[in-house]
Amino acid sequence: MTKVIEGLYYSESHEYVKVAGNVGYIGITDYAQHALGTIVYVDMPDVDDDVEMDEDFGAIESVKAASDLKSPVSGKVLEVNEALEDDPGLLNKDAFENWIIKVELTDTSELKDLMDAKAYEEFCAE
Amino acid sequence: MTNKRTCLYDKHVALGALITPFAGFDMPIQYTGIIEEHNAVRENCGVFDVSHMGEVLVSGHDADRFINHIFTNDVTGLPAGKVLYGMLCYPDGGVVDDTCICKLDDQLYLMTINASNIDKDVAWIEQNAEGFDVVIEHKSDAYGQLAIQGPEAEKTIEEVLGLACKDLKFYEVKCIGDVIISRTGYTGEDGFEVYGTPEYIVKAWDKLIAAGVTPCGLGCRDTLRFEVGLPLYGDELSDKITPVMAGLSMFVKFDKEEFIGKEALLRQKTEGVTQRLRGIELDENAIPRHGYKVLKDGKEVGEVTTGYHLISADKSCAVALVDASIQMGDRLEIQIRKKTFPGTVVKKKFYEKHYKKNN
Repeated sequence: MTKVIEGLYYSESHEYVKVAGNVGYIGITDYAQHALGTIVYVDMPDVDDDVEMDEDFGAIESVKAASDLKSPVSGKVLEVNEALEDDPGLLNKDAFENWIIKVELTDTSELKDLMDAKAYEEFCAE
Repeated sequence: MTNKRTCLYDKHVALGALITPFAGFDMPIQYTGIIEEHNAVRENCGVFDVSHMGEVLVSGHDADRFINHIFTNDVTGLPAGKVLYGMLCYPDGGVVDDTCICKLDDQLYLMTINASNIDKDVAWIEQNAEGFDVVIEHKSDAYGQLAIQGPEAEKTIEEVLGLACKDLKFYEVKCIGDVIISRTGYTGEDGFEVYGTPEYIVKAWDKLIAAGVTPCGLGCRDTLRFEVGLPLYGDELSDKITPVMAGLSMFVKFDKEEFIGKEALLRQKTEGVTQRLRGIELDENAIPRHGYKVLKDGKEVGEVTTGYHLISADKSCAVALVDASIQMGDRLEIQIRKKTFPGTVVKKKFYEKHYKKNN
């Protein structure tokens, strides 16, 4: 029922990173948006903040609960997706299309600790 | 341990509901989305599966006297066909549970109790029945329950379910065959609660869904009740939060000769409490959650019990258990993750109820 996209890297806390050169687009997976229910607020970092692998970089609020966002990789924030400030529900519509932050990767070797699409799909099915 | 399922579980799955464990049951949190479902109840009509709620029948010669012994409200002289809200309290005034009690007939009461408290409540009711000529029957598995809520609820029930309910006034109940229907609810809108056998409840659900009534999950049940200031056991009432602390003394009848908890509650009422529940409206949008700290001039004065960004109005509000020194109009802050958000102490009712009281 939930969607997984080939070519992205996935974390066990249901974030993804889409890599283009040394730039990473970080967001939550379709599985995560489905589990959260109606999303009403996204708490995002500031541009130029440093994010660390496995560390909180913000939070997502569904109507029912707040969930921390953990960064799947380390890097410096280049951009935050401002569209989510006005319409956090975009994450429910298409979580992969609507990344949350764009970072400059500081250590691409971290990617090997993340799951590929197939491994993540199996992880979700467990 | 696997969770229990209500008679409508398969229907929820078929509708694509997001299912979450709640009070030992696998329950639907939302179907299409909490906001749409919430608005359906405010504007039109929604149906909730509340079959997880518990039911206890109390009958017998001493039924009136026994209910008055364990219940804070007063059933003295209550005619059959009326419903009363109140609490079961411990001797120290802490709350065992809050409950609606339907007087179905002379010496026959139906108590509806919270799913999370069923075992505890039944044990409490039974252990306090000694010396009373009453029969206590735990019927939670025999009844399913639907809450049909919203301004169109009356018309929907009459037309789709064929149950005559126009004649029921607010907080009245009647039996139609083996179906029990009351004009009660937990949303702040006009609405009804229907109890029946699981077979009846499944049929009624199918008819309502086929007629286009919006299925509503427990997610919007919480946002709806919160907006109009209705308490949830575990958040606004608990073994530590008494009805007096919660501002619910109107449901405690101190002029009754006796009831469990009377002395302690009366002391709180006359001598004052150290903490009480207050409403807080934040200046800007943020979402205060259960357990977040409340500060005054940087000093901790309490904790949020429930908070939301309201769906029916564009404001962020919380109910919090705070020091009794906090007054209406005071300025407070709520700690949300790394930031504090300022707000003002207001009434706990953030949105007006729309009950049909004068039909």
